[in-house]
Amino acid sequence: MSFAIAVLLLQDGITNGAIYVLLAVALVLVFTVTRIVFIPQGDLVAFTGLTLTAFETGTVPGTVWILAAAAAIALAMDLMPLILRGRLDLAVRPLIEMGLIPGIIIALSLFAVPREASLLWKMAATLAVITALAPLMHRIVFQPLVSASPLILLIAAVAVHFGLTSLGLHFFGPEGVRTPGFTGPSISIFGFQFTQQSLGVIACSVLLSAGLYAFFSRALTGKALLAAAFNRRGAELIGVSAVGAGRRVALIAGLVGAISGLLIGPTTTLYYDSGFILGLKGLVGGIIGGLAGYPFAVAGALLVGVVEAFASFWASAYRDVIVFTLIIPVLFWRSMVAPHHEEETE
Amino acid sequence: MIRQILARLPLIALALVVLASLVLTNYRLTLVTYVMIYAIVCIALVLMTGVVGMVSFGQAAFVGIGAYATAYLTAELGLSPWLGLLVALTACGVAAYLIGQMTVRMSGHYLALVTLCFCISVYFLIGNTEVLGKFNGMTGIPPLSIAGYEMRSERSIFYVVLSGLALTSWWVRRILKGRVGRGLRSLRTGGLIAETFGVDANALRMMAFVSAAMLAGFSGWLYAHFQRFVNPTPFGVQMSIEYLFMVVIGGVGHIWGAILGAGLVTVIKQELQDVLRPFLGETTRLDMLVFSTLMVFMLIVARQGIWPLVVRAFAKWMPRPKPVMAIEIGNRRVMPPPQTVVLEAVAMRKTFGGLVAVDDVSFSISAGEVLGLLGPNGAGKSTLFNLITGVLPLSSGGIRLFAKELSVVDVREMCRRGVARTFQHVKLVPDMTLIENVAIGAASLGQKGLLGATFGLDRAEEQRILGWSMHLLQRVGLASRAWDLAGSLPLGHQRVLEIARALAADPFLLLLDEPAAGLRANEKTELAALLRSLRNSGLAILLVEHDMEFVASIADRLMVMNFGRRIAMGHPDSVRADPMVQDAYLGAAA
Amino acid sequence: MTMLEVDQFSVRYHSVVALNKISLRVEPGHVTTVIGPNGAGKTSLVNAIMGLHDYSGTLRFPFAPDATRTTEARVKARITLVPESRDLFGQMSVVDNLRLGAYIDRYQPRNEREGRLKEVFRLFPRLRERQSQLAYTLSGGERQMLALGRALLLRPYLLMLDEPSLGLAPLIVAEIFRIIQTLKDDGVSILLIEQNARAALKVADYAYVLENGTVTLEGKASDVANNPRVLDSYLGLGHKG
Repeated sequence: MSFAIAVLLLQDGITNGAIYVLLAVALVLVFTVTRIVFIPQGDLVAFTGLTLTAFETGTVPGTVWILAAAAAIALAMDLMPLILRGRLDLAVRPLIEMGLIPGIIIALSLFAVPREASLLWKMAATLAVITALAPLMHRIVFQPLVSASPLILLIAAVAVHFGLTSLGLHFFGPEGVRTPGFTGPSISIFGFQFTQQSLGVIACSVLLSAGLYAFFSRALTGKALLAAAFNRRGAELIGVSAVGAGRRVALIAGLVGAISGLLIGPTTTLYYDSGFILGLKGLVGGIIGGLAGYPFAVAGALLVGVVEAFASFWASAYRDVIVFTLIIPVLFWRSMVAPHHEEETE
Repeated sequence: MIRQILARLPLIALALVVLASLVLTNYRLTLVTYVMIYAIVCIALVLMTGVVGMVSFGQAAFVGIGAYATAYLTAELGLSPWLGLLVALTACGVAAYLIGQMTVRMSGHYLALVTLCFCISVYFLIGNTEVLGKFNGMTGIPPLSIAGYEMRSERSIFYVVLSGLALTSWWVRRILKGRVGRGLRSLRTGGLIAETFGVDANALRMMAFVSAAMLAGFSGWLYAHFQRFVNPTPFGVQMSIEYLFMVVIGGVGHIWGAILGAGLVTVIKQELQDVLRPFLGETTRLDMLVFSTLMVFMLIVARQGIWPLVVRAFAKWMPRPKPVMAIEIGNRRVMPPPQTVVLEAVAMRKTFGGLVAVDDVSFSISAGEVLGLLGPNGAGKSTLFNLITGVLPLSSGGIRLFAKELSVVDVREMCRRGVARTFQHVKLVPDMTLIENVAIGAASLGQKGLLGATFGLDRAEEQRILGWSMHLLQRVGLASRAWDLAGSLPLGHQRVLEIARALAADPFLLLLDEPAAGLRANEKTELAALLRSLRNSGLAILLVEHDMEFVASIADRLMVMNFGRRIAMGHPDSVRADPMVQDAYLGAAA
Repeated sequence: MTMLEVDQFSVRYHSVVALNKISLRVEPGHVTTVIGPNGAGKTSLVNAIMGLHDYSGTLRFPFAPDATRTTEARVKARITLVPESRDLFGQMSVVDNLRLGAYIDRYQPRNEREGRLKEVFRLFPRLRERQSQLAYTLSGGERQMLALGRALLLRPYLLMLDEPSLGLAPLIVAEIFRIIQTLKDDGVSILLIEQNARAALKVADYAYVLENGTVTLEGKASDVANNPRVLDSYLGLGHKG
């Protein structure tokens, strides 16, 4: 392999890795706060590409209908007990969160995103639709399971993934899509050529993960979300509800997922079921970071991207075998160095 | 009547299935065969995930290894399917052992993730390997044959699979009952209980992992000779997750739950498409959506799974446990004569980074003596306790047992040498009965392992261990509740139960970590009486406590620690009068 | 106005009745104590009052009628609980744990919140020394102080303490009770759950004895302390200071 090819592969790997970084960060985030391994994160990424493509062709994306149905179910779940208890005075918040906001997004997507609209506007609409889906998913599936064990939560997450894949096939069909992205001449840095697309991906990924890192290590709101992760009851006692924290985190995950979808769409063909393996690679990156530390998660996800790039050059068919097998010793090493905190040592 | 049916449930169920097989159509027979093949994998998961608490995403991969091993051997090389079984089991066992070397020590999600990666790797590896037919799979796998009779028909293979399932459930049930089973069942609360009573927790985990993999391989072998062709699809991660789902729906810790879950999930998935077609149209793929909705719904309404609900409904008629005769074991340790120094700590020191938690502490404890260890929070009492029990390694200094220096203080070794302990934060297995919890303590008195349990050679030993446990329950006054679950006891009784469990190891030194914390006045009185009688029987007791009155009422000598150092030692009265002790511990209030 | 009123108040776990139709009040500025043996339902009582567990019967906070909706609403009405299990954020620093205590006031001026932090540090100098340590590295007594300190950052009107002295050395127990006295002097209404009946009755104005899920005795703390049955079962052996 020549040096030039190696550089090219490295660049490829880092660009892909940057997407995995976003997935990993989102997964780590959701896991620390809620103990959910949020498998549907990958589906959100895939659905972003599919949604944007639908807007491009001037059709109404199926995700809009999914959003409508999810909002209706979530609203019903929230309102039903209030009606039974006769506490309609408490209905304002769910009506806004589950009714009004999704309603506006749906109305906009139906009537305000014509085929000839600008790409940026379509991207914004896609972002809104996908982001809004995540907290509704949390409301419908995970909120009733708030005290369940991680295994149950994981199974539920997989069930959601199965459901979304089934809906994806129904609405979008089996064809893959590529979305338009940043275009323009490539830029030369230190004599290496970088496409604007990959620079954009890397820049977004760096900004987003740094922003999240700052949010959780500096802001009181971010710390409150972590507090809910460390001790649910303790968090309740300072006025942070586990349910609220979970929903907020799902919202962030949805946003990050949608952004990752917009970034990856131009370089990778996305199918209705692409989400699973994408999500797993992000997850593996996150686990290398111990599902806890952001800097490690970033490094882990980049590693996955680079290994994948080189593996596809040498043995394309065995790409995933190599990626997932090489991860095993890394996991082993991580588990050896991971600190074993015992909460109740005195 | 109902009670008798329930007591013989396995046999009755077996008979019913055999009867049903006579009238079922071939289509139904095939469906039930699939259910039973999956159920074997699920039972393996019950052993590993439900009982031991290790979540694996690799089960489908082991099924695949089993299936492809026999497929390659029989279809490609033309060898006998029985050789295929041998190779399938060996391949799965070896693969699981290798992965287990890395994973059984791992905590929580690392194990899950490694098995996940393993499963994906195996899937793509098979799917890209030429000799295994890539993603198209392999055909031409011969049917099983027994004594020249080929099992080609749906019905004949049905009986083979049924026997396989019966054998699997019988075996898993059997090993979960005895000494090994108690060890396995204690692991879900962490390995410390098992280790404390001389059982190698990691070896048990490895055993569960390898057994589960081999059972999965067995299921794969059946699958290959039943379908007579294999492709990678049913061995991917999704199927691994589906197995987990079956187990969760059925009830994660129950063999019957595994069978029930496998049945429900398989049948619902199969029938859903037929049922939905008239509503959703011929080409629909939304059956998967309906299926996953059902999944989520079941998780929300029956998180514990269905089988526990069934058990609860029939609780009244559940078979009563066989009464156990209390006996003292014959070959008890000979108690050393009173005043013999049992344990001697010489200049024990423990540092964490720069912090000195235990600072050159020496003391000794003799047979027939209660030594009380006092000190404010953070004085180093718990660390000292962990040093003596071998939970933490010493930084320097030494421990002598009967004047013999111990080179390494190892948790399991200490138990075998006759040192038993209780925990400050009660560590019992809440979903095991009192008598079983006590019997865990006697693990080091038994020898029978997996083979013994399999072939029923452990019956005499079991009788001895359970009788001994019953004897100890009587001694601490909990015999009337022997068959209740430990989790249902109030805290005071749980502490006493821990003492009984420690006594089950037949120790001569008993280490008690705050046994009176959280007890009410009269419970403390009872505890004090129990400890006195134990001392009088020749036991040496080290007692870590906060409650000065309580300790002073039973201890022969007191030792007080502060800032990791021993600041006083001697007769309770003189220690309490010591101004340094009053200053550090009792404060002006005393 | 009365701070807390429960009436015909029952709590059950699955089929086990933990509390059976009890009635209880907390008057403003008073320390009200609930004593009784383990498993009498004391912890169930405060957990249910705090909204952490379902209950049946009446629960009212007359000074903040809306607070019964959720736990969050209670905290916003400055009602909180220092639970028996402390429930600290183990992987966070001591000072972060404390700051999070004022989470609901996060939009208020930072100075004011930092002022509260200083006050808590004045009450518990030990926490100031350890402010950057992770909470799980603290000793038992320090944990209790941190849990109490975190609750104080809320500026509570109604503070519930569940077994604050459990498992602590006598010196620290004395310190905790001194602080309860200080809070009382500052006008905080306190519901104190204790097994250490002697110390609890000393600081309390009113007392309830809870046994097997029902109130078997109530009255002024000084009267309860002199009740022969209480003397016998709760102030008897093991508590002769």
